[in-house]
Amino acid sequence: MPNIIKNKQVCDDSWQVWRETDILPSSGGYIVPLTLWKAHKEELKSLGSIAVFLASDESPKALADDIAELDLIAVDFPKFADGRGFSYGRELREQLGYTGELRAIGDFIRDQLYFLNRCGFNSFALETSDLEESLASFNDFTESYQAGIDQRLPLFRRR
Amino acid sequence: MYTYDHFDRQIVSQRVAQFRDQTQRYLDGKITDEQFLPLRLQNGLYIQRLAPMMRIAVPYGTLSATQLRKLASISRKYDKGYAHISTRQNVQLNWPKLEEVPDILAELLEVEMHAVQTSGNCIRNTTADQFSGVAADEVEDARPYCEIIRQWSTFHPEFAFLPRKFKIAVCGSESDRVAIMMHDIGLQIVHDANGETAFKVFVGGGLGRTPVIGSLIHDKLEPKHLLTYLEAILRVYNQLGRRDNKFKARIKILVRAMGAETFKAEVEKEWAHIKDGDLSLSNEEIDRAKSFFVPPSYKTLPQQDLQALALESADFARWLQHNTHEHKVSGYRIVTLALKTVGVAPGDITAEQFEAVADLSERYGFGEIRSTHQQNLVLPDVQQTDLFALWKELVELEVASPTVGTLNDIICCPGGDFCSLANAKSIPIAEAIQRRFDDIDYVYDLGEIELNISGCMNACGHHHIGNIGILGVDKKGQEFYQVSLGGSQGLDASLGSILGPSFAQDEVPNIIEKVLETYVDLRQPEERFLDTFRRVGIDPFKERAYA
Repeated sequence: MPNIIKNKQVCDDSWQVWRETDILPSSGGYIVPLTLWKAHKEELKSLGSIAVFLASDESPKALADDIAELDLIAVDFPKFADGRGFSYGRELREQLGYTGELRAIGDFIRDQLYFLNRCGFNSFALETSDLEESLASFNDFTESYQAGIDQRLPLFRRR
Repeated sequence: MYTYDHFDRQIVSQRVAQFRDQTQRYLDGKITDEQFLPLRLQNGLYIQRLAPMMRIAVPYGTLSATQLRKLASISRKYDKGYAHISTRQNVQLNWPKLEEVPDILAELLEVEMHAVQTSGNCIRNTTADQFSGVAADEVEDARPYCEIIRQWSTFHPEFAFLPRKFKIAVCGSESDRVAIMMHDIGLQIVHDANGETAFKVFVGGGLGRTPVIGSLIHDKLEPKHLLTYLEAILRVYNQLGRRDNKFKARIKILVRAMGAETFKAEVEKEWAHIKDGDLSLSNEEIDRAKSFFVPPSYKTLPQQDLQALALESADFARWLQHNTHEHKVSGYRIVTLALKTVGVAPGDITAEQFEAVADLSERYGFGEIRSTHQQNLVLPDVQQTDLFALWKELVELEVASPTVGTLNDIICCPGGDFCSLANAKSIPIAEAIQRRFDDIDYVYDLGEIELNISGCMNACGHHHIGNIGILGVDKKGQEFYQVSLGGSQGLDASLGSILGPSFAQDEVPNIIEKVLETYVDLRQPEERFLDTFRRVGIDPFKERAYA
């Protein structure tokens, strides 16, 4: 069972990413593409626990009506320098009111954990040999100027 | 000036520690080159042709004497004893060692400086008029708002990996000295009929390979909405800006593709979610920012008769006319120090000059210095009765070339001598032009002319908005130069028109001479180069240049 970082701790995790866009998985426990979910909602729900990932060009607005039905939402980073997912995280939390597990998957790096966490991600399928060591990056900063999901007030309202 | 409190100090100090750790992990092989790239860029570090280049932030071009002395000592200790003022008012070191960069950052922190977001695909250093707070034509000081924007944009968690770099400029005067129309976002401070402050918001301007003049998308934004509106613009851009082609990734391309009206509608939709929320600026925060920029303790002085002062000497008179500007306070004058000595790269400054300017700023002012996007320095608060004494010291220091605003006040990027992106050298072109036009009376007769040189399409030398622009291009492995005419910055900004096929390096001074002769032949009394060009068009220039 692979390890991930969840709520700033390393833990076991059984979710798997399903990247096929026209074939359904045969059981629950998969994080499936948005298009597959949109086309086969009822069948996917009947499989048990189900999660959806957004590709970097898929706005979270597409999930506005589905949020209550999902056990987990993931955002896929095709390249770590593609920062769209940071906005998607905030939109899911702040505009769509999503409170469940929000996971970063794909090609992001340890040095982005602090910002990702501030944008509402609380789970990280980080590809590295040393997850424990990576946890240090959550503490790159202990204070920040901006509001975020972890701190709702910008610094100027607190200083 | 803005001074750090414990929050600012802690944030920048943690940044230094973060980059020290990242650099160590990179040197240990735990971070790949590709992963390290944006991390180092966002700390101002480029890997260039000859060595790393490090860009130190000078927020809105304001420096203290203490900071100048630190820059002098850093350039001596970690570099070759000189530095460079960039066209974004920043300071660049040309020869630092990668392993020593964390130490440089730690030293900068001692004087409340950093290199945060001076490069990379993030929100860059916000620029302002170099005469902010002292300009006679000022509507309102831009610096408090620049500082508010600096804090909001520093380590913004959502906008550190944008499609491309993002530049914001704020203009607080009637004449625009910061080229707001050429920025991703340009803000112009205006006062409405009731004297209330508001911002005109221009978006999608830019230079580079696709020069575009910004579009007005809000004509009266209240200050309390400043950050929510900026955040809405950035959020739209971060999600919709192109990422498939770095040459089409700037916001100007998005605004043009969508149309300014549609883009504005998207921004308004996003804005509706956050407008009047916690990010709205409180009066207390605006007042707090303003409290750092209250006018220094000026003396009550009578206005001097500058014509009478000028009688001291002919050289002084020339300098007085060209290198000083009107101050908003009676009895004071703004002085520009020209970093345009022939034979030295435009904008270069030695450690000794830094220290001397620091001393001068204390003796002839309140210990404050400005850097300009024309790559000069400014002493903002000089008493008029001190001007002659100051001038003599500036002459000694070789920063009194009386050419500010003339043909010889060339804006020039580092070019192929230093920069790995460049197609061609730019510094030798600047030098050749300065040498050709060394007759100061001829240069004065030509009047106000901006000549800008870039070594490649990236346009760091702002060639598109030079009255005369020169762009280095690569033609089958040879360095050639394309000339454009009629560009201008300011509120009536325009982009230059290309004269025609490009020229070899040694032809450039001849061509510039022909262009200037054409102007002299065709101008009407008192007509500036730009106005003559706008009146007669490019054809007469073309005919002469290619005859």
